[in-house]
Amino acid sequence: MDFSDTPEEAAYRKAARDWLAAHAPKHNFPVKMHEPDFLPRAKLWQAEKAAAGYACITWPKEWGGQGGTAVQNVIFLQEEQPYDAPVQAFTVGLGMCLPTVMTLSDEETKQRFVGPGIRGEEVWCQLFSEPSGGSDVASVRTRAVRAEDDSGDWIINGQKVWTSGAHHADFGIIITRTDPDAPKHKGMTMFWVDMRDPGVEVRPIHQMSGGSHFNEVFLTEVRVKDSQRLGAVNEGWKASLVTLMNERLTVSGGGHANWGQFLQAAREVVGGDGASALQDRALREKLADWYVQAEGLKHTRNRTMTALSKGETPGPENSIGKLVLTTYVQELANQAVEMMDQYGIIADPALTPLRGVLQAAALSSPGSRLAGGTDEILRNIIAERVLGLPGEIRLDKSVAFKDLPTGR
Amino acid sequence: MDFKDTPEEAAYRAQVRDWLTANAPKHGFPLDTSKPDYMPRAKVWQAEKAAAGYACITWPKDWGGQGGTPVQNVIYAEEEGPYQTPSALFSIGLGMCLPTVMTVADEATKTRFVGPAMRGEEIWCQLFSEPSGGSDVAAVRTRAVRSDDGSGDWIINGQKVWTTGAQFSDYGIIITRTDPDVPKHKGMTMFWVDMRDPGVEVRPIHQMSGGSKFNEVFITDVRVKDSQRLGAVGDGWKVSLVTLMNERLSVSGVRPPGWPAFLDAARATPEAMQDRALREKLADWYVQAEGLRHTRNRTMTALSKGETPGPESSIGKIVLTDYLHDLSSEAVDMLDQYGIIDDPALSPANAAPQAMWVGNPGLRLAGGTDEILRNIIAERVLGLPGDIRVDKDVAFKDMPRGR
Amino acid sequence: MNFDFSDDQKFLKAEARKFLEANSPTTRVRTVLNDDATPHDAALWKAVGEQGWLGAAIPEAYGGLGLGHLELCVIAEELGRSLAPIPFASTVYFLAESVMLAGDEAQKADILPRIAAGEVIGALATSEGPGVVGPATVGATVSGGWLSGVKLPVTDGGIADLALVLAKENGQAGLYLVDLNGAGVSRETLTTLDPTRDAAKLTFKDAPAQRLGAAGEGFPLLEQVLDRAAVLLAFEQCGGADRALEMARDYALERYAFGRVIGSYQAIKHKLADMYIKNQVARSNAYYGAWALNTSAPELPVAASAARIAACEAYWYAAKENIETHGGIGFTWEMDCHLYYRRSRQLALVAGAPRVWKERLVSHLERRNAA
Ligand SMILES: Cc1cc2nc3c(=O)[nH]c(=O)nc-3n(C[C@H](O)[C@H](O)[C@H](O)COP(=O)(O)OP(=O)(O)OC[C@H]3O[C@@H](n4cnc5c(N)ncnc54)[C@H](O)[C@@H]3O)c2cc1C
Ligand SMILES: Cc1cc2nc3c(=O)[nH]c(=O)nc-3n(C[C@H](O)[C@H](O)[C@H](O)COP(=O)(O)OP(=O)(O)OC[C@H]3O[C@@H](n4cnc5c(N)ncnc54)[C@H](O)[C@@H]3O)c2cc1C
Repeated sequence: MDFSDTPEEAAYRKAARDWLAAHAPKHNFPVKMHEPDFLPRAKLWQAEKAAAGYACITWPKEWGGQGGTAVQNVIFLQEEQPYDAPVQAFTVGLGMCLPTVMTLSDEETKQRFVGPGIRGEEVWCQLFSEPSGGSDVASVRTRAVRAEDDSGDWIINGQKVWTSGAHHADFGIIITRTDPDAPKHKGMTMFWVDMRDPGVEVRPIHQMSGGSHFNEVFLTEVRVKDSQRLGAVNEGWKASLVTLMNERLTVSGGGHANWGQFLQAAREVVGGDGASALQDRALREKLADWYVQAEGLKHTRNRTMTALSKGETPGPENSIGKLVLTTYVQELANQAVEMMDQYGIIADPALTPLRGVLQAAALSSPGSRLAGGTDEILRNIIAERVLGLPGEIRLDKSVAFKDLPTGR
Repeated sequence: MDFKDTPEEAAYRAQVRDWLTANAPKHGFPLDTSKPDYMPRAKVWQAEKAAAGYACITWPKDWGGQGGTPVQNVIYAEEEGPYQTPSALFSIGLGMCLPTVMTVADEATKTRFVGPAMRGEEIWCQLFSEPSGGSDVAAVRTRAVRSDDGSGDWIINGQKVWTTGAQFSDYGIIITRTDPDVPKHKGMTMFWVDMRDPGVEVRPIHQMSGGSKFNEVFITDVRVKDSQRLGAVGDGWKVSLVTLMNERLSVSGVRPPGWPAFLDAARATPEAMQDRALREKLADWYVQAEGLRHTRNRTMTALSKGETPGPESSIGKIVLTDYLHDLSSEAVDMLDQYGIIDDPALSPANAAPQAMWVGNPGLRLAGGTDEILRNIIAERVLGLPGDIRVDKDVAFKDMPRGR
Repeated sequence: MNFDFSDDQKFLKAEARKFLEANSPTTRVRTVLNDDATPHDAALWKAVGEQGWLGAAIPEAYGGLGLGHLELCVIAEELGRSLAPIPFASTVYFLAESVMLAGDEAQKADILPRIAAGEVIGALATSEGPGVVGPATVGATVSGGWLSGVKLPVTDGGIADLALVLAKENGQAGLYLVDLNGAGVSRETLTTLDPTRDAAKLTFKDAPAQRLGAAGEGFPLLEQVLDRAAVLLAFEQCGGADRALEMARDYALERYAFGRVIGSYQAIKHKLADMYIKNQVARSNAYYGAWALNTSAPELPVAASAARIAACEAYWYAAKENIETHGGIGFTWEMDCHLYYRRSRQLALVAGAPRVWKERLVSHLERRNAA
C-alpha cells in the first residue's frame, strides 16, 4: 500500500505539470458554458492537448492516444483540474460516442472520426433517451426503415429528448427501432447521424436550473447510409451497452460542489450570536459526513486505478460512484443554502458567498441524480450485478414491441 | 380547530381521573414483569377496570363495554398512562382476537368468551405467523382436515411461530389451510383453539433482546369442533383481514416513548445537551413524536364526528419505529464509552435507551414490517399497483417455497 | 500509487479467514455470549498468540514478527468478520501501540515481548462516567506513583493483566501503566450491550502506577493511540459489516414471501445496495487510514477520523438492516444477526463515539483549509 507516485508516475506527473504550466495559463480559464465563446475556446484547448498527446491518454497511439495507463490519465486530470478547463464539451463524445464507434465500426469510419474527435474539431452527442423512456433505453420508438430505392440507406423518423450538447454537436450516435415485431430488446439498431442534416431539428429545453444544456431533437426523414450503421441490424441493444458501460467508466472530474466550498462558505456566514456557521456543531457533523463520502469516493477510485494499473479487472466497487456523489452533493448544496438562512434564497453570484456556486448546485443536483442512470436504476444495477439478486420481473421480454402497453 | 376538551369530554376526563385516583395507586404499579405475581396482579387490575366499565370503552354495553367513543377511549388512555398500568398482557386478546370473534362468531361463542377476556380472566394469542411466512399470512401450511368419523370436527396439525404470549394464553385464534388444491388465499379457514389442549405444545423463543415474549407453537392432532370455526370454510383470508385491521388500529394507539427518555439520559451528560448537533436531532425527534400525536388527534376528530378517518393513521408504526431506532442509538452514543453499559442500576434513565436499542429491531418487524407497511401506503393510500404476484392463481401445493 | 494490499498480505488475510472459520465459528462466540463465567475465548486467544498475530506489528527486537501495520489491518478485518471474542484490540491496538509510541526502552523491553508471546492481556481505562472523555472528566489521580480512582467501563478490564489508565498527577493528565493483578486493584464485571466482550469497573486504591511518556502528555498521547486504534477498529468494522451484508444477501435469495424470493423485491434490493455502498465507502476510507497508519503520515488524524466515522455508519446500517431482512427469525437469540448488531455498537463506542470523531475531523479540516 503506497500512496506516493512510483518513480514513473512521478516523472509522468512532472511532465504533465510542466506542460500544463507552460500551456494552460494563457487560456485564462474558466469559461462558462453559457458564454458565447465557450465552444471555440474549449476547442482550442482540446486541440492543444491532442497535439501533445494529452487528449485521450489511454487510447492506442495509432488512434492519436498515448497508449497510456488509467493511472496516467488520472494523474493528468488531477493536474489539469486546478486550471478549470472547459473539458465537459467533449466528455460525451470522447467518453461514450467515440469508444462505441471504435468498438463497432469499420476502419474507414474510425479513420474519419477519431482524429477530429480527439482534436476537438468535431463534437458528438448521444441520442438515446426518448419521451417514452430514459431508464428503459429499449423502449425507443424512433423508427429507422430501409429506403425503398435499394440503396441500402435507412430513413429515420422520430424524437429524442434530454440530448446534452445537441445544440453544438456535429454528430450523434442514435439508437432506433428497426423491427417493431420483435421483442423490444431484439429490434433496435444503432447509427451515427450528421447533426447538420436538414431533417435534424434541435430545440433547447429550458432546465429547472435555468440553463439549456440539453435539448429535444426531432428527426424527420433523415436519410443515413448503411455504412453509418454501428453494429449489426437489430443488435442495437448490445451496441448501447458498449456506450453505457463507457459512460459509467468515464471518470467524473471535479466540477461539482464539494465540502471544501461548504467549509469556506460556513466560515463566511455569521450567525445571530456573532459566531461563524462553522462553529455550529450540527453543521460540523454534517461536514464530517460529507468529507467522509468524498474521501470514500476518491479512495474507491484509487482502488480501481490500482487494479487497472496491475492489469487486474477492477472490482465492482466503482459502481457506487455516481450514487454517492450526487446524493451527498444535493444534501450539501441544500444545507449550504439553509445555512445562509433568509439570505440563502438569493441566487445572484455577485451577492452570495462563493459566487453562488452552492445555490447553483442546489438547482442542478436533481438533474445529476437523473442523468446517466437514475438513483433507482443504479441501485438495481448494484443489487443485480454486484450482489447477484434477481432482476425485476419483466413483462416486456417476449412480447412484440408493437404490442407492449405504453403510458405517457 | 380546537384542542380543548368539549364540555362532555371534560366531564368524562374528570370522572376517569377521579376513578383512577381512587383505584389505581393501591396496586403499586409499575409491576415487575419478571416476578411470578405479575400475571395475577395484572388480572386483578383488569377485572377492576372491567367492573367499572373501563376495560373496553368503545365496545357495546351488551358486551360489557361502555358503548363509548374513540375519543373517550383516548382520554382514558391519556389519564391511565402515568400510572404505568399493565396492559400488554391483554392487548392482543382485546385488540385483535376478541374483535375478530365478535365479528364472525355465533352468539353462544361470543357469550362464552367476551366477558372473561374483558375481565382479564382469560388470555388470548394470535396464531398467524408460521416459519414459512409472516408478512405473507396466506402462506400458512398448518393443516386442518375434517375428521373422518362424521362428527364434523377438524383435526389440526402444523406449526406456528413468533406467537406473542402463547406461554400464558388460554385461547388463540388460528389460521389454517383447509384446501391446498386452490390458490393460496382461497383455501384457508380460521378457528379458535384451546391452548391447554394436550396437542398444543408451546416452546418459548429466546429473543435477541434477552427475554422470551414470543414462542413456537406445535400443534399435533388437535381436534376442534366445527363450532370453533370463525367464519366460513375457505374464508380464512377474509377473517384474518379483520384481525389485522384491528391490529393496526391498536398498535398505532400506542403512546410513543422516546424523546423524553433521551432528555432524561442527557441529564447525565450536560455537555451533550450543549452539543447543537444533538439538539438538532432532538428537535427532529420531537417533531416526529408530535406528528404522530396530532395525526392521531386528526383520526380521533374524524371518528368523533362520525366520519371515516383518512388513511393518515397508516404512517404511525413506520414513523415510530424509525425514529426510535435513531433516537436510541444516538442516546447510547451520547454517553460515549459508558453507553455500552446496560445495567439499569448504572446507566442513566435506568438504561431505557439501551433497552429500547435492543428491542427496536423487533418493533420494526412485529405487526407488519417497514417494507410491508410502505407497500400498504403505496398501494392502498396512494393507489399504486401491487407487486407483480406469481402466487395468485397457482394451487397452494404447487407454489415455489424457500426456507 | 499502489492502493491495495500486497499479495503476501492478501495471502495472510486468506489464511486468517481459514484459521478463524475453523477456530472462531459463531458457535464458539456463543459460548462467551451465553456463559457469564466465560468472559473471553481463552483457547482462541492462545491460538491467535501461536499464530504470531499479537506481535505482527511489534519489531523483532521485542519478540514480534516485525511485519507492518498493514498486516495487522488484514488480521483485524478477519477478526471483525468472525466476531472473535478475545481482547485483541485492547491488547494490541491500545496497549502495544501505546508502548511502542511512548514507552521508554525498559518499558518496551518489559511489555512488548510479553504481549507478543500472549502472556499479557491489556486494557485501556479512560472513561469514568457517561459522556465524552476530556480533561474535566478525569477524577483518577496519581501521587508519588500510587493511583487512586474509578474507571468504567473498561473493555476487557475483567481479564486484563496490564491496564493503561488515564489519570492526573499534579493536575496534569497522563497515561499510567498499572498491574491489575497487583495490590490496590478491584474489579467488578459489568453487563453491557455486547456480552461477547468483557467489560469491568476498575477501582484503584493506591495501586502502583508507572507513567508512560512525558508528564502532562496524557491527552496528546491518547489522541495518537486512538488514531492508530481507529484505523484498526475500522477494519474490524468493515469485516463485520461485509459479513452482515453477505448474510442478508444469502437469506434474501432463499426466503420466499408472496411466491417470490424476497431478494426480488425492490425494497430489499435497494436496502442491500445501500448496505453495499456504505460498506465500500467505509472500506475505501479504511484503506487510506491503513496507508496513513503504516507510513505514520501527517494525514493520520484526518484519515483515521474518516475511517472511523464511515465504518461506524456502515456497520450500524448493515447490522440493523440485516435483522430487518431476516424478519422474525432475525430477532431471535439463536440467529447470529444480533451478534453483529451488538458488536457494531461495541466497536462504535470503545474508542469514543462517532460524534467525537466528527468534531475532531472538522477541527483538522478547519486548520488545513485555513482561510
Ligand atoms: C442533465 C441531464 C442530461 C442528460 N443528457 C442526456 C444525453 O445526452 N443523452 C441521452 O440520451 N439522455 C440524456 N439524459 C436523459 C437521462 O438518461 C434520463 O433522464 C434518465 O435515464 C431517466 O429517464 P427518464 O427521464 O425517461 O425517466 P424514467 O425512465 O421515466 O424514470 C422516471 C422515474 O422512474 C424510475 N424508474 C424507472 N425504471 C425503474 C425501475 N425499473 N425500477 C425503479 N425505478 C425505476 C426512475 O428512477 C425515475 O425516478 C439526460 C438527463 C439529464 C437530467
Ligand atoms: C416481537 C415480535 C412479536 C410478534 N408477535 C406475533 C404474534 O403474536 N402472532 C403472530 O402471528 N406473529 C407475530 N410476529 C410475527 C410478525 O408478524 C412477523 O415476523 C412479520 O410479519 C414478518 O414475517 P417473517 O418474520 O416471516 O418475515 P418475512 O415475511 O419472511 O420477511 C423477511 C423480509 O422480507 C421483507 N418482505 C417480505 N415480503 C415483502 C414484499 N412483498 N416486499 C418487500 N419486502 C418484503 C420483509 O419486510 C422482511 O424484511 C411477531 C414478530 C415479532 C418480531
